[in-house]
Amino acid sequence: MLYRENGQFKSTYRADLQMLPILQDRVFIGVLVVLAFFAVPFLASDYLFLSMIIPFLILTLAAIGLNLLVGYCGQISIGHAAFMAVGAYAAYNLVLRVPWLNFLAVLVLAGFIAAATGMLFGIPSLRIKGLYLAVATLAAQFFTDWLFARVKWFTDYAHSGSVSPAPVELFGWRIDAPVEKYLFLLGVLVVFTVIAKNLTRGHLGRAWMATRDMDVAAEVIGIRPVYAKLTAFAVSSFYCGVAGALWGFVHLGSWEPLAFNLNLSLNLLFMIIIGGMGSILGAYYGAAFIVVLPILLNQVPQWLGVPLSTATASHLEFMIFGALIVLFLILEPRGLARLWAIGKEKLRLWPFPH
Amino acid sequence: MTFNPRASLACAALAAAALVAPGTPAYAQANEQFFPVLVYRTGPYAPNGVPFANGYVDYLKLVNARDGGINGIKISFEECETGYATDRGVECYERLKGKGPTGATAFHPLSTGITFAVTDKSFNDRIPIITAGYGRADSVDGTVFGWNFPLGGTYWDAADILIQHIGKKEGGVDKLKGKKIALVYHDSPYGKEPIALLQERAKMHGYELQLLPVTHPGVEQKATWLQIRQNRPDYVFLWGWGVMNSTAIKEAIATGYPREKMYGVWWSGAEPDVTPAGEAAKGYNALVFLAPAGQGPVHKDIVRFVYDKGQGAGKKEEIGDVLYNRGLTAAMMTVEAVKRAQFRYGKKPLTGEQVRWGLENLAIDDSAIKKLGFTGLMTPVSTSCVDHAGGRSASIHTWDGKKWVLQKDTYTADQAIIKPMIRTSAEKYAQEKKLTKRDCAKESQ
Repeated sequence: MLYRENGQFKSTYRADLQMLPILQDRVFIGVLVVLAFFAVPFLASDYLFLSMIIPFLILTLAAIGLNLLVGYCGQISIGHAAFMAVGAYAAYNLVLRVPWLNFLAVLVLAGFIAAATGMLFGIPSLRIKGLYLAVATLAAQFFTDWLFARVKWFTDYAHSGSVSPAPVELFGWRIDAPVEKYLFLLGVLVVFTVIAKNLTRGHLGRAWMATRDMDVAAEVIGIRPVYAKLTAFAVSSFYCGVAGALWGFVHLGSWEPLAFNLNLSLNLLFMIIIGGMGSILGAYYGAAFIVVLPILLNQVPQWLGVPLSTATASHLEFMIFGALIVLFLILEPRGLARLWAIGKEKLRLWPFPH
Repeated sequence: MTFNPRASLACAALAAAALVAPGTPAYAQANEQFFPVLVYRTGPYAPNGVPFANGYVDYLKLVNARDGGINGIKISFEECETGYATDRGVECYERLKGKGPTGATAFHPLSTGITFAVTDKSFNDRIPIITAGYGRADSVDGTVFGWNFPLGGTYWDAADILIQHIGKKEGGVDKLKGKKIALVYHDSPYGKEPIALLQERAKMHGYELQLLPVTHPGVEQKATWLQIRQNRPDYVFLWGWGVMNSTAIKEAIATGYPREKMYGVWWSGAEPDVTPAGEAAKGYNALVFLAPAGQGPVHKDIVRFVYDKGQGAGKKEEIGDVLYNRGLTAAMMTVEAVKRAQFRYGKKPLTGEQVRWGLENLAIDDSAIKKLGFTGLMTPVSTSCVDHAGGRSASIHTWDGKKWVLQKDTYTADQAIIKPMIRTSAEKYAQEKKLTKRDCAKESQ
């Protein structure tokens, strides 16, 4: 009932090709975006912004990036935090050495530098596939870990290897209050989500998906694997580079190479696996699951008034979180986005299933 | 059909989340001073994190039970588990900073990484960050780092004292020429902090400094110690934490490197670091500042008022361990700062900004130490608006196979070398962050 598209006729190609073809989706997403921009800033507390919403937004952006590569193009990478690190340090050096540059330009340039690095580390994908490629992408992780910890130039010869740039300024707008950070990040995320969604619907996304589904067949119908795979690596690393710069500048404020370690790479991968591979929406679900859930779980005993020791509470957090991951993967191996899609299917007929 | 009920549902859910998430803690918002406690009781650093947290919490409980709070103002506190991870540490900081009637008193991040991250936030939140014996070395400069308090000394002081000590052993620092010193360090801001000073000193005395990083968490050090076996440095400085310390000592034993030539920083010289190696760790040295192992009158009070009532945070046998005492001292200095600030602002719950005044005017001299029951457990600390460390002396203690034995010499870090370094580094930070420096002369009336 609720999701029936009966009566919504498409009379032009344009209408048929739009991003959200069903009216209900358009209304829903529209309301959500309006709420996110105008209601959330008044409702959420600073704590909520700083500890959950801001990391959620930035990691969603990174997860979208990784999803373009893994979910859409089928090239597994377990070193994507490396490209976030490249983005963060590129942005730091740009701000340091070219101080008059606008931060938006810094973001885009940092993205391009990360994209170039991503293409470089994507070259092995032309020869090796699957798990072998995954292992090869680890090289990116270890290389950047080494690079930013050892080559002092990148950290401006800081004593302890930790860098701390000034708060972001955009056309005289100093972004340092939690709400300002939120609005800025939300704006960036909306723009990048729309771009990603459209990329996957265009010829590039089709080339990626063809390569993912069967690379030999894709080659036969005229898709160049070099082109498809390297663009996927480039776009994906671009997204992660931008996310990395935001992670450093907006979320952490000061960071060390450890902030972009293997753990973060794996977390990104878990996000898209749990959220749903090959789905932009899945990146949102996955990021929410990985970022927000552990923090909530950690505080549940206290809200309930159960006097648990700190150690027990955090052991419980790990156990329940692990169990939930296993549970979701058993119930729906294709991710939370798939659950959502099933829900929509059901709503088409509900409440009259016949 | 155009109306979508799920949208309004989402709206309601969001509103509910916003209401619930900040949490409604169970303590009363009365006449209380709130102490946030960042701890790590799990993970690879737990062996060291647990005794420190126990000492800290026990002292707060003691003040409540014995004195009825700080001049009648009860202490309330809440622990938050960071696991030594920076992101979780920041989350804990955000979670606790606004609790209690006047917000958090002061934070002890107990991790250099978390310190770097929250230093940034302290300028807006106006809450002191106490990093007794760790954190940024340049944060001694109170004109730039208005909210950081590396009470008791920094890693530059520590490194300086170690060089002074081995210089003395060799019969003068000039005898260090041509010697080889290896620094085995935790590859994080914590481990990297002393490098700048050791390099500066190397230029002066002509010793050769060898840098051997160990990746987090430090259980894999075979390659590092292979290098030490090949190079045979005259001394090894250990800048480790958690399992890294005990692993390093075990590796030293395996490669046959003499323990007598190993010197740990004050975070590499507690019972959990040496007991895994047991008897074989004999001869290993470490710095000790503020609180060495041992018992004083304050410990008797803790047993009487806290442990005998079944309120103790840890085991009774562990009272008086190195890290327990350090937690105890950290809590004591914070409580003293609150007391000091109460002189000026009155006996009521104080804000972080008011506590900062107390921290900047801390004067814990020998008679105060005696009165507090800490005789023999700490060196005097006296701070000011410009000098946020308040003390920079330390001794060496040696593991005799069963317990730590304090050596009698006490060293004070050479400020002629360190001060200019602090100034340059703090200036650079202020410039990068576009900070305006405080004018201490104007604030001190």
